[in-house]
Amino acid sequence: MNANLELIKQEIIAGAEELNSSKEVYEFKKKFLDGKTGKIGLLMREMKNIPPEQRADYGKGVNELKEWALDFLGELDAKMKEKELQARYESEKLDISLPAVELEEGNLHPITLVRNQLIDIFSGMGFEIFEGTEIETDYYNFTALNTPQDHPARDMQDTFYLSPEFLLRTQTSAGQIHVMEKQKPPIKILSPGKVFRSDDDATHSPMFTQMEGLVVDKGITLCDLQGMLDVFVQKIYGEGTKTRLRPSYFPFTEPSVEVDCSCFECGGTGCKLCKGTGWIEILGAGIVNNKVLENCGIDSNEYSGLAFGIGIERTAMLKYGINNIKLLFESDLRVLKQLND
Amino acid sequence: MITPLSWLKEYVDIDVTPQELQDKLFSCGFEVEELYEVGKDISKVVVGHVLTCEAIPDTHLHVCQVDCGEHGTFQICCGADNVVAGGKFPVALVGATVYATAKDHKTVEGVMTIGKGKLRGYESHGMLCSGVELGVSENMYPGAGYNGLLVLPEDAEIGADVKPILGLDDWIFDIAITANRPDCQSILGIAREVAAVLEKELKMPDLSYTETDATLEGFTVTVDCPDLCPRYSAHYVTDVRIGESPLWMKRRLALVGIDAISNVVDITNYILKELGQPMHAFDLATLEGNAINVRRAKDNELITTLDGQELTLTNANMVICDGVKPVALAGVMGGLNSEIRDTTSSVLFESAKFARDNIRRTSRALGKRSDSSARYEKGVDEYATVMAMKRALHLIEELDCGKVSRMHVDVNTGNSVEPRELKVSIEKVNNCLGIVVPNEEILKIMKNLAFEPQIEGDSLILQVPAFREDVETYQDIAEEVIRMYGYEHVIPAFMPSAQVTIGGQNLVQKSELKLKKALCSVGAYECIHYSFFSPTDLDLLRMPEDAVERKAIRIMNPISEELSLMRTTLAASMINAVVRNQKKGNLEGRLFEIGNVFMPYELPLTQYPDEKARLCVGIFGEKESFYTMKGIAEKIADCLHLKFTYENSSKTFLHPYQTARILCEGIEIGYFGKLAYDIADDQDLRTQTFILEMDLKVVSQWYGKKPVFTPLPKFPEEERDLALVVSKEITCGEIENVMLEACKYITNITLFDIYEGEQIAADKKSMAFSVVFTPKDEAFGADSVDGFVKKILKQLNKAYGVELRS
Repeated sequence: MNANLELIKQEIIAGAEELNSSKEVYEFKKKFLDGKTGKIGLLMREMKNIPPEQRADYGKGVNELKEWALDFLGELDAKMKEKELQARYESEKLDISLPAVELEEGNLHPITLVRNQLIDIFSGMGFEIFEGTEIETDYYNFTALNTPQDHPARDMQDTFYLSPEFLLRTQTSAGQIHVMEKQKPPIKILSPGKVFRSDDDATHSPMFTQMEGLVVDKGITLCDLQGMLDVFVQKIYGEGTKTRLRPSYFPFTEPSVEVDCSCFECGGTGCKLCKGTGWIEILGAGIVNNKVLENCGIDSNEYSGLAFGIGIERTAMLKYGINNIKLLFESDLRVLKQLND
Repeated sequence: MITPLSWLKEYVDIDVTPQELQDKLFSCGFEVEELYEVGKDISKVVVGHVLTCEAIPDTHLHVCQVDCGEHGTFQICCGADNVVAGGKFPVALVGATVYATAKDHKTVEGVMTIGKGKLRGYESHGMLCSGVELGVSENMYPGAGYNGLLVLPEDAEIGADVKPILGLDDWIFDIAITANRPDCQSILGIAREVAAVLEKELKMPDLSYTETDATLEGFTVTVDCPDLCPRYSAHYVTDVRIGESPLWMKRRLALVGIDAISNVVDITNYILKELGQPMHAFDLATLEGNAINVRRAKDNELITTLDGQELTLTNANMVICDGVKPVALAGVMGGLNSEIRDTTSSVLFESAKFARDNIRRTSRALGKRSDSSARYEKGVDEYATVMAMKRALHLIEELDCGKVSRMHVDVNTGNSVEPRELKVSIEKVNNCLGIVVPNEEILKIMKNLAFEPQIEGDSLILQVPAFREDVETYQDIAEEVIRMYGYEHVIPAFMPSAQVTIGGQNLVQKSELKLKKALCSVGAYECIHYSFFSPTDLDLLRMPEDAVERKAIRIMNPISEELSLMRTTLAASMINAVVRNQKKGNLEGRLFEIGNVFMPYELPLTQYPDEKARLCVGIFGEKESFYTMKGIAEKIADCLHLKFTYENSSKTFLHPYQTARILCEGIEIGYFGKLAYDIADDQDLRTQTFILEMDLKVVSQWYGKKPVFTPLPKFPEEERDLALVVSKEITCGEIENVMLEACKYITNITLFDIYEGEQIAADKKSMAFSVVFTPKDEAFGADSVDGFVKKILKQLNKAYGVELRS
């Protein structure tokens, strides 16, 4: 009887030599171990033909054979699977230097990016965002801003007129007056928007973007202007950036200043960007001219104000190193795709 | 303002370097845009003494041995006809830089560096120079205009740098003058600031002269337009001898870019630069009627200006007339008929103030600009008017070219500006600055600026000079004080006394930004286009004559016709952007813009137009389709938590069967569709293009909508797939609507397949939908969903003859 079991064992060992895949192992295993049809399974059914005194030994022998076969074939199966896995991996070897699949996401226009950054900075200081209209009247754009008809400052900018009264605003300051007419101090507004001047060359575009800031409250001074701008330049150009005020002229502010910041490229030692001066002109500002406050019905004995105006294109061009302002309005995808911030 | 250092030194002792002066001017509000040495392009040119000079046979050349002192003695070949042994000439040593000239030896063609050369076999170690090669004109150095070598004085030190000898070591400051400081549009005005900032005395130009007894009996000056001419003075000069001006005057004029003409004319130009006051000189012999009359021109009146051009005038222009005829276009240019000639023997000087606006308009309308009109446009002060006349008369004497008569007429039309007293509170000045400037500093600064300050308690009492018309209030004084005291004294603060404000963006601003970000997430790039466009853009869109888009606001003074209309649609700019991209080889892409359109209520404008935000999306490329654009519309709806519906529509510039109107809550908000083929062909587009435009002003009514949370279903949902056979013309939307009508439990319908072909009838299509049923208050019974399906099929059959596909 044991000889029969031994025969099956030899058959399994011999048969296993011929197996080449986990699938073949599975089929081979079934041939011996399937409960109903397998050769070892059938041995159990022989039990009834075994003399009762031998049944215990017989059963033990069959069970031992079964355990052995499970272990033996299980081990073989594991080996096969390991080999097959390696083969599969190898078959999927890639050239990782092939180009990536493009997952395209668009991006905001550089003007919007800078605009958002400025809005974030000044919102944090309590500024509300006010957008005026692109079409304005002569009064709001000039007269109310202390620039009457015959004023020399009207020569500084060439204005697009739509009618004798209406024009395309030349400065976002126009919006200030609307706010001050409607709202009493404290006022802290930031007015971003498109403005227009009749200029067209490599550094001038007939349309560009400004951001005007206005604060009107009690006791506002030049020191507050400097303090606020110090915070602003450090946030936009990095800690340690300094500001420098120097006299200038705008009809709606007095004193008026140009504001330079220490060059963020060279840190102030002088480079190509700052033309060797260590400073970069970034905005115009000043203390609001009392005439402007009075034009809006605000008592200049009680309140004073500060105002500043930033050119967004210039800031964007400095920040991204864009050399021609026209590139900002041509929508060339080769340009836009580079400016994902 | 071009300002030579040597001229400034006439009025102020300047003991700082040009660079230090530049910094000082910068800090007090005068930016020096350019600072350069007159001889900036000239280097290593020294005085050479020609020892020997021998002609090279059969040429015009000479070979010379030239002693250059400490630099050595060199052999130099020279082609000039005035080279001579014993003469002293400028020598450009090997390595020197001088101007290169054309064959005419006159036209400058850049800068060249001198190298060793060989001419006709003779070595040449350097070059003997002409005036042109050194950038020196006859007006800057006598003899420099000769077409040959510049002859240096006999006593010039051999080997010395020629720059100081020729005045090439002078410096030019090109200074930016702000619009509030017309008084600094002159050398003296700048000198006044330099004196203040260096704390030096200002030396005024000599204004003295002696009058003779000569006069013009009965000569009158009348001003008919006092609004345009607040001040007019005239003075008669006899015994005039027209000739050349002295070198010092010619040189100064040359440095500021003015050619010398004749002594009398040069005096007027000199005063324009020195004092900033335009002057004019009439040849008295040409004036008729013993009178000067200032009046508005008559319409169609003619005048020939001294450049020979005949101009037709209008009532908006101003003319200076004698008793009979116009003799000058006021403030702009003199008349040819009264011009100073070589034969002129008596002169009438004019020094006047004209309204700046009138001169500016006349100058622009007639396209005629002069140094005088440019100066008047910036505004002159009356103070200078008076001073200029005195200075002119002084110069007549100094140049000894005439005699000053006693005939002086000064018409002051009453609104003259005089020095005035201004009293301001020192506390207010300091409060404006935010710092306390010591009283003694304030006194010193205002004194240096010629305001003759006095302090009484908190009051600062000032005598505002007549030329400082810009100074009116304590804010102006605050600026004067701080620009001289120094902005470095300002101490940064952060609004210690201001009230708290919250700040931030409003709902529209936040929503538009959210929209932009959603569009970026589908691969679209934001663009910004001009707010104006071209009439041809409306033609490009095939807009009919009566289209509302044609009623665009026109710019009265556009840069060009292409930029002459305010946009009434964003589509044209977007199509143009697609065209530009394709021309540059970008054959696919997605772009969007949020910008305003301008819809007038009437034209010309009498009230603010309706200025409203629009969104425009343009996508192009072979991969794009109508449904991609529809997907973008859905993305917009999702980001704003809105539901859009679509209807067939048409646009003149879009495909007749691929255009949809977009609606939200039944309100039309925009459109999208495929660009019409004829337009695409006209524009040479190589790939298909789709355009979407949406009125954000209308959409803004739904901004801020929050997503509504629907609790998850308590009972299991059921899903059924329905394959339907439908007539080809029936739309997906129509089927969906019938389904939704037929069963209130449907929460989602998705079309997942469309088939047309052999297996179904030719006029039919098969549409496969997946329909989700969601129970509400209780779970579905065993057969309820089958019942719903039956009802749906029945309704579909009734409405459109739809059958279940077998």
